[in-house]
Amino acid sequence: MIRVQNLTKRFEQFTAVNNLSFDVAPGEVLGFLGPNGAGKSTTMKMITGFIEPTSGQVSVYDINVNADPMAVQNIMGYLPEGAPAYGEMTVLAFLQFIADVRGLKGPLREERLASVIEQVELASVLNKPIETLSKGFARRVGLAQAIMHDPKVLILDEPTDGLDPNQKHQVRELIKGLAQDKIVIISTHILEEVSAVCSRALIISEGKLLLDGKPDELERQSRHHNAICLQLAQEHESAQQALASIDKIENVEALPDRSFMLFPQDGQMLLPEVVRWLDDKQWEVENIHLEKGRLDDVFRQVTRAKVV
Amino acid sequence: MTMNANMIKIVMQRQLYSYFATPIAYVFILMFLVLAGVFSFYLGHFYEKGQADLSAFFNFHPWLYLFFMPAIAMGLWAPERQMGTIELLMTLPIGQINAVIGKFLAAWVFAGIALVLTFPMWITVAYLGDPDNGVILAGYVGSWLMAGGFLAIGSCMSVCSKNQIVAFIMTVVVCFIFMVSGVPMVLDSFAWAPQGMIDFIAGLSFLTRFDAIARGVLDLRDISYFLTMIALWLYLTQVVLQRNKAH
Repeated sequence: MIRVQNLTKRFEQFTAVNNLSFDVAPGEVLGFLGPNGAGKSTTMKMITGFIEPTSGQVSVYDINVNADPMAVQNIMGYLPEGAPAYGEMTVLAFLQFIADVRGLKGPLREERLASVIEQVELASVLNKPIETLSKGFARRVGLAQAIMHDPKVLILDEPTDGLDPNQKHQVRELIKGLAQDKIVIISTHILEEVSAVCSRALIISEGKLLLDGKPDELERQSRHHNAICLQLAQEHESAQQALASIDKIENVEALPDRSFMLFPQDGQMLLPEVVRWLDDKQWEVENIHLEKGRLDDVFRQVTRAKVV
Repeated sequence: MTMNANMIKIVMQRQLYSYFATPIAYVFILMFLVLAGVFSFYLGHFYEKGQADLSAFFNFHPWLYLFFMPAIAMGLWAPERQMGTIELLMTLPIGQINAVIGKFLAAWVFAGIALVLTFPMWITVAYLGDPDNGVILAGYVGSWLMAGGFLAIGSCMSVCSKNQIVAFIMTVVVCFIFMVSGVPMVLDSFAWAPQGMIDFIAGLSFLTRFDAIARGVLDLRDISYFLTMIALWLYLTQVVLQRNKAH
């Protein structure tokens, strides 16, 4: 597992990471959430041994990263921010270089190369220089190098940044497919990604850990948790006030097209009550659904609170 | 951190791949060969001298290298930092020392290829006269060693800046200082200094060292001088790399 203890990084006056502590166990996909400049990348750079912490320490499977960075790097795959790669190299030559560095030889080398090329679908661009590739392909080359040696630990800094929705989906499936016995840490500022792939999320801002929980636990903290969104079939006079009078409904927001968002008190489950009420009133409903909660609510709530 | 020959080789091969990935490398070698010829024949009066040796050729190597070697070395580290690939390179299990040596060796091999391709000079002199092949071989070995010294300085300068042009200019300046430190004009300006220091400064000069080599005297002290220079500047490369890699 990965153990981060009191990790701090200062750049002159600026504190990028401030006394961060957390553990990640095998099988977990940890999502790092936070606004730009929150310290996500800096933390990843310290976990991978690229930079040294000002204080605190990181250990990966009981190996201290500072004491023996190469031992850690051997069991780790890393996609740095922006997926840097040697632009003048062809995709194949670049991946062969990575395979060599990873100590892969003979049939195993060929097998791993073929496997990652298939996994991230690079076959069509193998002989093109990386600098001529689209952003999506370049990102996949970065992913391919990170998983080349089938590492136990995978650190991915914004793995889906710049990809189109299909490619995003594909990369997420790839990450989910990898995860079973691995430790995966991804950073992102796309919140849907956390719900889609992560088993756990950390929200950090200004280098500090603000929230740590499963995505659905975090969603539960959202004011949208168990909120009911409904669309009426016809206009009703002062519908908003009427809806707000339903028992235990705290607040109603009017949305366009005869739609309303009903917020329950304390995130209670009020769907049956609301449906009964609508029945009594004989109001026809075109559309009704229950909100699970919105991560971006929680995200804004906790990160804004700090800034304001 | 320990040296690992296999990692050094992998890094070297990758760097050589990058050198030859674009036509620039071939244009560069061609220019080197043309200039080496022009210098030997027009400035060195290769024919007029009427000697069956390559001193007219070797004598201009320090001056050729003053501009060619910084150009080879400037791309060793500056673009890695510029493009962010340094983060990839430094988080692969390569080891900094292996990366530094591997990259330097690629540049040195590249310079060696350019140097070997000047072999028509040797053929010319062998055809026209009866040269001492040992002297010529010594000249080539010495010239390549000197190229290594220039490139090691260039490696260090290249890790100091993200900008290749800045790295190039800094390398030219530092190499120039090391070249001219032995000429009388420079040594005279140190007339106030104790003799030991003057000797030391004179001893640092590439020109003085290479002078003997160009005449075919491959002294062990001169060889170890260039090897020490290489080791020293590669060590400094690693020190600066450690400091600069994340900035």
